[in-house]
Amino acid sequence: MPKYVVATPDEIPPGESKIVEIGGRSIGVFNIDGEYFAIRNSCPHQGGPLCSGLVTGFLESPVPGEYNYTRQGEILRCPWHSWEFDIKTGQSWWSPAQRRVRKYEVQVESGENIEASNSGPEKGPYVADTFPVTVEQQYVVIEID
Amino acid sequence: MESKDTPNFVQAGVKAIDCDIHNEVPTLQALFPYMSDFWVDYCSTSGFRGPDANDYPRQAPLTTHPDAPSPWDMDLEHVREHLLDAWNLEYGILNCAYRVQSIHQPDLAVAVAQAVNDWQIEHWLDPEPRLRGSLVIPSEFPDLAAKEIERVGDHPGFVQVVLPVRSRTPYGNRIYNPIHEAAVRKNLAIGINYGGAPGTQPSATGWPSTFIEEYSGMTQVFQAQVISLVAEGVFDQFPDLRVVLIESGFTWLPAVMWRIDKEWRGLRHNTPWVKRPPSEYMRKHIRFTLQPIDAPPTPKQLLQIIGQLESDEMLMFSTDYPHWQFNTPNDAFPTELPGALARKILHENARAFYQL
Repeated sequence: MPKYVVATPDEIPPGESKIVEIGGRSIGVFNIDGEYFAIRNSCPHQGGPLCSGLVTGFLESPVPGEYNYTRQGEILRCPWHSWEFDIKTGQSWWSPAQRRVRKYEVQVESGENIEASNSGPEKGPYVADTFPVTVEQQYVVIEID
Repeated sequence: MESKDTPNFVQAGVKAIDCDIHNEVPTLQALFPYMSDFWVDYCSTSGFRGPDANDYPRQAPLTTHPDAPSPWDMDLEHVREHLLDAWNLEYGILNCAYRVQSIHQPDLAVAVAQAVNDWQIEHWLDPEPRLRGSLVIPSEFPDLAAKEIERVGDHPGFVQVVLPVRSRTPYGNRIYNPIHEAAVRKNLAIGINYGGAPGTQPSATGWPSTFIEEYSGMTQVFQAQVISLVAEGVFDQFPDLRVVLIESGFTWLPAVMWRIDKEWRGLRHNTPWVKRPPSEYMRKHIRFTLQPIDAPPTPKQLLQIIGQLESDEMLMFSTDYPHWQFNTPNDAFPTELPGALARKILHENARAFYQL
């Protein structure tokens, strides 16, 4: 699967997100406690800009009056109809069997390991001289189909 | 209703269950044998004439079927002759609309409710095994109401607790939990009936001017109660609770289901205890008596609406007798319904839900 460099880690600190356009798709990249997750910025309900919605926690209740509020920062509410989605899995939380938003793999990689696909044109027939370059910067990289 | 003049289902041999027959207390004095000396004296000397919600104005046509005495004059013999025997009913469920909710002195409200229930036992339930009754409780004092359910809830004649649909606050509110809990403990359904005490709103927005507005518009109050019971998590807290809406009509229910299911998807975090789409709770926990049937103009449309309920178990036959909801016996039940569905509505649904 092609890989796309979308950000440097300091652009998306924990609790923040960035919406990027890659491969013709709008994708939201979220940093949850130092781990990165990416989901499609399109609600499976009516195509709303999901990733610009409210980031909240997961609320459960065994019985009226008891509130178990966990996983703060891991649940996304679509700005159009407030449907809830799990940022880590893309899973919706009102009718899990029916709705899931597309999720993508995200990694942080060293520049030297990246064969990025968002570098524009395909390889041509010529190769110029090259020199070794040391890359110390890390990048946030998404894989998409 | 002469015995030779009976609905089609009687000739077809179906032993129906009538889920709404009104047995009304004739006068306050009829309750005196069941009240303590103090309260008898209090009622006799204070000028108190008993609760008068005027849910069914005495001269309003629908209050009394032309073949019946007034609801306050109708006795067991009349019900036996004109309904139980004439229509070959298997059971009749009584709903007494004595509105003790209008009594604001809690001890008097309890004394009157106890008297009504003991009167029902002696005059209706013990003499007639085909009848089942509904407990009258001072529901605006929920703890005292629960005690009354405890006191007589084990009598085999009672299958239900009756509440007026108009209440001070919707019945899903936790202040009513003692009632729901006691009903479940005594294995009684909760019947929510048209009407209510003065001071409780008869519409969703204040007091209308006329009886037609009040009677037809009370579907709004039923809707508010259904939404409250589901949203407040009453069925999550009391998974065995069964609720019957009496004289509510039912054709409005699909629209309520569609709307609340839609809103729940985005507002789930308002009521996190509601774990399944609200309509699922309604299909499982709520039933509707048939009359007055808010039927659309054609049988085809009626079947469409029943289809929209997505359940053939929610409707239970009722006459609402002696209120005037149909002219000839054959109007009491829509004859155009298919046989299997008709049998469920006439008999099976009530038998299952009331556990008869």
